[in-house]
Amino acid sequence: MIDLLDKFDPIAGERQAYLDAGGRDPVGVVMTKVLSPTRAVIAGRETILMGTYNYMGMTFDPDVIAAGEAALRDFGSGTTGSRSLNGTYTGHRACEDALKEFYGTKHAMVFSTGYQANLGVVSTLAGRGDYVILDADSHASIYDGCAMGNADIVRFRHNSVEDLAKRLGRLPPEAGKLVILEGVYSMLGDIAPLKEMVAVAKAAGAMVLVDEAHAMGFFGEHGRGVTEAAGVEADVDFIIGTFSKSVGTVGGFCVSNHPKFEVLRLVCRPYVFTASLPPAVVASAATSIRKLMHGGDKRARLWEATRAMHAGLIARGFTLGTRTAESAILAVIMPDQATTLAMWQALLERGVYVNFARPPATPTGVYLLRCSLCAEHTADEIATILQAFDDAATAVGVDLRAAA
Amino acid sequence: MTPPTTRDTIFARILGLIAPLNKKGVALTETTSFSGDLEMDSLTVMDLVANIEDEWDIVLPLNMLPELETVGQVADAVARLAK
Repeated sequence: MIDLLDKFDPIAGERQAYLDAGGRDPVGVVMTKVLSPTRAVIAGRETILMGTYNYMGMTFDPDVIAAGEAALRDFGSGTTGSRSLNGTYTGHRACEDALKEFYGTKHAMVFSTGYQANLGVVSTLAGRGDYVILDADSHASIYDGCAMGNADIVRFRHNSVEDLAKRLGRLPPEAGKLVILEGVYSMLGDIAPLKEMVAVAKAAGAMVLVDEAHAMGFFGEHGRGVTEAAGVEADVDFIIGTFSKSVGTVGGFCVSNHPKFEVLRLVCRPYVFTASLPPAVVASAATSIRKLMHGGDKRARLWEATRAMHAGLIARGFTLGTRTAESAILAVIMPDQATTLAMWQALLERGVYVNFARPPATPTGVYLLRCSLCAEHTADEIATILQAFDDAATAVGVDLRAAA
Repeated sequence: MTPPTTRDTIFARILGLIAPLNKKGVALTETTSFSGDLEMDSLTVMDLVANIEDEWDIVLPLNMLPELETVGQVADAVARLAK
């Protein structure tokens, strides 16, 4: 018998060698208590969370929790069924209504995760003979949606308007085309030049899908994302989003004004062939989405905390993924895997949790300590985190002048 | 200017595009494989594909990649598309 797991021996071996050398497992963090959107207990130590995508700090909002508790009590712990069969409750419809109101669209479709929203919409929209044109740095869920579908997949250089135009120009004019962009790219925290890219896509006769997972809640006047901030909502055909970041629960969605949109509920397999979200989750999500419509104060606090953190890290000599704070993700670029892991562990030992990120999740082979800010991060917490970065760099021996 | 598109010149030019990525100096032949011999990860392969597309002004969709394991197979695909 061929052991089908043998092919992963190199990966398992690399991890074991790191653990044997006394390293702490970056994918083995367990939170034994969660105290607030910005605090948890990890390995017995109260830790500031700086890598959770909990941008708007909605996870402990009293109204969000109350809505979830009431739905859990009144509708039970789960739907045990597909949206297409017994799994659509009044709460699922209410959640879709909240999304329609939030985005000002005619249609909204809720999936069980953001990953499934991309998997389903991308694989269903673009069929055999159609083209998907995607950014090189697209999220894994977009690539997986491409792999699941039957379209031809064309990749353009990250955020390059010129490269997108060139590759669109090579495609047959009569073929169906779907250009996929993200408002915020989650590895480096950079934003897409949506105004220019959407114009190029439309000029080539393509439909446009924008994934706003990391932008919902704090870009644009109504918090609708980079699409709104760039003033291109009218030209974007589909927006994909998630409840597991600013909304603070779990789930995914697609909103659109396309008149034929509702047919997707019949033909989109990741929507049909899975159980719907539990009642408590959609109730919490709907309440959170409605509160985010009026989250102006939180937006301001999130941007303030992000800019302070960005400026503080630059001042200390760290190299970041973006020259200014373009989004609420700040990627600290590290020289190599060993230094990144040592820094990550040193930060955790000083009570700060950030994300360790490595290729191939990261673009162009970079190693990152990725921070994501929360509207609830206080100035004191930012100061504590910056001090921890300083101390950890000294302890690990990171040469910040060389990096800067 | 689009380079000439005979199978031989295509093969030679592809070797030129691979050279900077061939860190271990593996001998390049028709049957050299990208993942096995050259140990290229998926991102490197996709970047190489972008360069090949630009060299001949063609579309080499990513979904074709599983069938293109060797340098020779890529040269065949380019020869087919660059007309």
